[in-house]
Amino acid sequence: MRSSRQLSPLAVFLLFVTPAVRAQTAPPPAVVQQIDALATDDGTAQRAAVAALGESGDRNVIPTLEALREESLYVWTPPNGTRRMVIARDKTTVDDHEQYLLQDAYGGARLHQADGSEISAPAEELQEVSVDRRVRTAIQVVLERFKLLDSDPVVRRAAAKNLADKGDIIALEALAKAQAAEPDPAARTVIDEAYNLLKLSAPSDQDKLAAISRLGVLRSADAVPRLEELRKTASPQLQAVILPTLDHIRWWQKVNRLLYAVFSGLSLGSILVLMSLGLAITFGVMGVINMAHGELMMIGAYATFITQNWFLAHVPAQAFGFYFLAAIPLSFVAAGAAGYVLERGVIRFLYGRPLETLLATWGVSLILIQAARFWFGDLTAVAAPSWLSGGIEVIAGVQLPYNRLFIIAFTMLCVAGVYLLLLRSSAGLRIRAVMQNRAMSASMGIATNRVDAFTFALGSGLAGMAGCALTLIGNVEPDLGQNYIVDAFIVVVTGGVGKLVGTVAAALGIGWLNTFLELVTDSAVMGKVLILVFVILFLQRRPSGLFPPTGRAVEY
Amino acid sequence: MKIYQVGAVRRTVATAVIGTVVLCMAARGMADDGAPIKVGILHSLSGTMAISEVSLRDVDLMAIDEINAKGGVCFTKEGKKTCHKIEPVVVDPASNWDLFAEKAKQLLLQDKVAIVFGCWTSVSRKSVLPVFEGNNGLLFYPVQYEGEECSDAVFYTGAAPNQQAIPAVEYLMSEEGGGVKKFYLLGTDYVYPRTTNKILRAMLKAKGVPEENIREEYTPFHHQDYQQIVQKIKEFSAGGKTAVISTINGDSNVPFYKEFANQGLTASDVAFSVAEDELRGMDTSALVGHLATWNYYESVDTPANKAFAAHFKEYAKKHNLPDAEHRVVDDPMEASYFGVYLWKQAVEKAGTTDVDAVRKALYGMEFAAPSGTVKIDERNHHTWRPVLVGEIKKDGQFKIIHRSKGLVKPEPWSEYTSPDKGCDWVDHKGTYEKNAK
Repeated sequence: MRSSRQLSPLAVFLLFVTPAVRAQTAPPPAVVQQIDALATDDGTAQRAAVAALGESGDRNVIPTLEALREESLYVWTPPNGTRRMVIARDKTTVDDHEQYLLQDAYGGARLHQADGSEISAPAEELQEVSVDRRVRTAIQVVLERFKLLDSDPVVRRAAAKNLADKGDIIALEALAKAQAAEPDPAARTVIDEAYNLLKLSAPSDQDKLAAISRLGVLRSADAVPRLEELRKTASPQLQAVILPTLDHIRWWQKVNRLLYAVFSGLSLGSILVLMSLGLAITFGVMGVINMAHGELMMIGAYATFITQNWFLAHVPAQAFGFYFLAAIPLSFVAAGAAGYVLERGVIRFLYGRPLETLLATWGVSLILIQAARFWFGDLTAVAAPSWLSGGIEVIAGVQLPYNRLFIIAFTMLCVAGVYLLLLRSSAGLRIRAVMQNRAMSASMGIATNRVDAFTFALGSGLAGMAGCALTLIGNVEPDLGQNYIVDAFIVVVTGGVGKLVGTVAAALGIGWLNTFLELVTDSAVMGKVLILVFVILFLQRRPSGLFPPTGRAVEY
Repeated sequence: MKIYQVGAVRRTVATAVIGTVVLCMAARGMADDGAPIKVGILHSLSGTMAISEVSLRDVDLMAIDEINAKGGVCFTKEGKKTCHKIEPVVVDPASNWDLFAEKAKQLLLQDKVAIVFGCWTSVSRKSVLPVFEGNNGLLFYPVQYEGEECSDAVFYTGAAPNQQAIPAVEYLMSEEGGGVKKFYLLGTDYVYPRTTNKILRAMLKAKGVPEENIREEYTPFHHQDYQQIVQKIKEFSAGGKTAVISTINGDSNVPFYKEFANQGLTASDVAFSVAEDELRGMDTSALVGHLATWNYYESVDTPANKAFAAHFKEYAKKHNLPDAEHRVVDDPMEASYFGVYLWKQAVEKAGTTDVDAVRKALYGMEFAAPSGTVKIDERNHHTWRPVLVGEIKKDGQFKIIHRSKGLVKPEPWSEYTSPDKGCDWVDHKGTYEKNAK
C-alpha cells in the first residue's frame, strides 16, 4: 500500500510523462478551455461555458456536465503539479485514509498510471465546483439535447418531453433533426409533439397554424395550457383553429381518464382480492374472526424486508432484483408458521366462541405490532426490484405501472391456486367436510384437529403473500395490517361468507365502485365515505352478501 | 467522549451563560446537590404517530443525558449554589388525542414536572392546550405547524407558516426555483394541511395566480391508493411549470411517491412533512430531485452539527435503539433538542423552575443550536430560525439549495389570512387586533 504522500508526486510525474488517459482521442483545445472555465463561482460565466460545451456537440462532455450537475466535478491541485479538472465519485481507502478515485473530466474515463493502477487523491487536494439551481437547469437542457441522440429510445423520448417543458426554442432545430432520424415510432410521436409545442412560439401565423393542427392530430395534453395562452392574443384566423382543437384534445382526455379509471379499479380490486383471500378461508370457511389477519400480512411484509436485506448482503448486485421472487414463498412460509402457532396456541381453545376469539386475536395483533416495532423500529424500506419499477405506456398519457400489473397477475394465480386446492383436491375436500360437519368428519376418520391447523396456516400464508405483494405499493411498518383489516372484512362479508367467488366478485366490485366514485365526486375522502354507505345499504338489502350460502349447509 | 464536541457547541453561547455554566461546573463539588428536577416527555411511543414521535423522545433523552453528565441544571438561589440532575418522566399517549390530555394532566398534577416536552400532530397539541393553560404548565412543542395559535403555555420551537410553507412557494415562483405557475396542493385531511393550504391559497391569490391554476385535494389518513390522484396531477401538470405542494402526513407518503414515479410523472414536488427520519423508511430512488423546506437538515455543514449528528448515532447504538446504525437527525429532532437546552438556560437565568419566572427568562433567549444560533421571540413564544430549501439525494439526505438571509422572524398569524391579528404576550394578552383603538 502506498501512502498518499508517496502517491501524489508519482501521479503528477506520470501525468507529464505519459498520457494518463487511456484510449481517448485528445480533447479539442476549445472544449478543454470551456471545461476549465466551469471552475468559477460566477453563475453567469458557468452558464455560458455550459452553453458553449453544448454547442460543441462533443459527446465526451456529457460526463463532465453530469458530474457538474451532481457536484462531483472538482479542481484537483496535486501538491506539486498543475491544476486540472477531474471527476471524483467513488471512494477508496489508501493506508486507512479515505481517497477519491479520479476520472478524467473529458470523457469520464478513470485516470490510470502507467502501470495500470488507478489514481486517487485525498479530499484536501480536491476543490468542489459548486453550481446553483439555474446552472443546473441550464445543464439539464444541454444534456437533454445530447440525449435526443442517445441509443435508448426511452431516453430519447424523455429528452424530447423535457425540452418541450423547458420551452427552449433553440432546441427546435435539434428536435427536427432527431425526428427525421428517429427509428422508433413511439419516440417519433413524442419528438413530433415536442417539436410542435415549441413551434407554437414561432413568430409566423403560418408556423403556428401548422403546429396547432398537428398537435390536434396528436391529441397532445401538454398543448392545452399553451393553446389557452395563445388564444388570448391570437388572430381570429388562428382562433378558429384553436377552439375545435382544444375541444378535441379535451374529449380525448376524458376518454383517457375513463380508461385509466377502469385500470385502477381493476388494480385496486386485485389488491382487495389478495388481502381478503386468506381471510375468506380463515373467516369465510372456518368462521374464525381473526383480528390478527392484518398482522399476518405484516409478517409477510417483514419477511420480504429480511429477504431483501439478505440479498443485499450476500448476493451479487445483478441478481438483487430476484429477491422478490424468493420473498414470495418465504413470506408464505413465515406467515403460515405464525398462523399455525396462533391456531395451536390460542384459537383452537376458542372454536365456537366468536366474541372471545375476536378479543384474543385482537390482543395477539397488538402484541405482534409492538413486537415488530421493538425489533425493526418504525421505519423500514423495501425497494421494488428494477424490473417492477416504471410502467408501460399503452396509449399516450396512460401509463400502466409494472408493479400493479404484476399484482393483478399474481392475484389471478393465487385465486386459481386456492380454487384448485379447495375445490379440486382431496385436502380441500377434507377441509370442506370438516367445516360443514365436524362430528361426522371425525367419525369418518378425518383428523379434524390437524385439518383446522392446516387450514388456518393456509389462510395465514395467503395473508403473508399479500403482505409481500403490498410492499410494492406501500411501506413496511408495524401497523401496516391495521390499514387493511377493515377493508378485508368488508370484502368477505359483502361477498358472502364462505364463498370464494363472492370474495373475488365483491373485491373487484368495491375496487371499481371506489375508483368511479372518486372520479365522479373528485375527492378521495368522499369516495371512501360513499363506498361505506353503499356497503351498508347493500348489506341491509342482502344480509348474507352477494352469494349467500344455499342448501343444507346453511344451518351450520 | 463526545461530550467534548458538545462542549464546543457551548463555547459559542453568550458569555453570560458560559459564566454560569463554568461556575456551576467549578462549584459542582462543593455546592449542595439539589433534588432532581422532574421533566415530562409526552410523545406517542405506540400507534400511528410512533413512526415520527419515538425519535423525538430519543433525542430529548439524549439532551437530558448530556446535561446530567455535565452536572445538571445549576443556579443560585438565596445566595446558595445548587446543581440539580434532570429526571425525565416518559409517558406514552399512544397516538390517542384524548389520552394526550389525560397524560398531560398526570404529568402536571401527579408527577409535578417542571416542564413538558411533547406532541407532534396539531390535534394532540390542541387537546393538551387547556390542560397546560388551566394548570399553569409549560409545553415545548417542536414541530412545524399551521400557526393561528398564540398560547402562553406553549413555546413553539418548530416553524410557523411564514418560516416554512410560504418561503417554499416563494422560492418555487422565483426564477431560480423554476418560475412555477401552477400549484397542486395535496394533503392529508386534518387541521394542519387544511390551514396551511388556506394560507397558501390566500398568498397565491395575492401574488396573482389565477384560481384555475390552483388545485386542492385531500386524502384520508393511511390512504394507500393514489392512482387516480396521480393521474389527475398528470393532467393538471400538462404543459410544465407545475409543482405539487404536499402536506401528506405519515405512511401515505410511500404509496404516493411510488405511484408518482411509476406513472412516469416529472413535475417537481415539495413536501413539508418529509424529513430525513421519514426518508429512512422510504426507497429514495423514486424521490431524488424532489424538494423540501425545513429549518434544519442533517447536512448543514458546521462542526457543531456534525458533532450533534454523530453523537446521536452513537447514543442510538449505546442504547440499542432499533435500526441504530441508520439513525439520522432531522428538523423536529433538532427543535426538540435545543428546546431542552433553551429551557435549561432559562431555569439557570431565572434561578428557579417556577413557570412564570422561566417563561419570562425565555423571552429573547438565544442558544447555539447545531444549525447555528436560534432565538425565542421577545413577545410571541415562537422561535427565530433560518429557512432552508433542500433537494432530496439518493442517500436520503438533503442538498441545501437555498437559504434565507439570516433568521426569519416567526409570525403565528399569517399576513395573508389574518393581516389584522398579532401575537404578543408582553404588551398584550396573547392574540390582539393590530388596528384596535
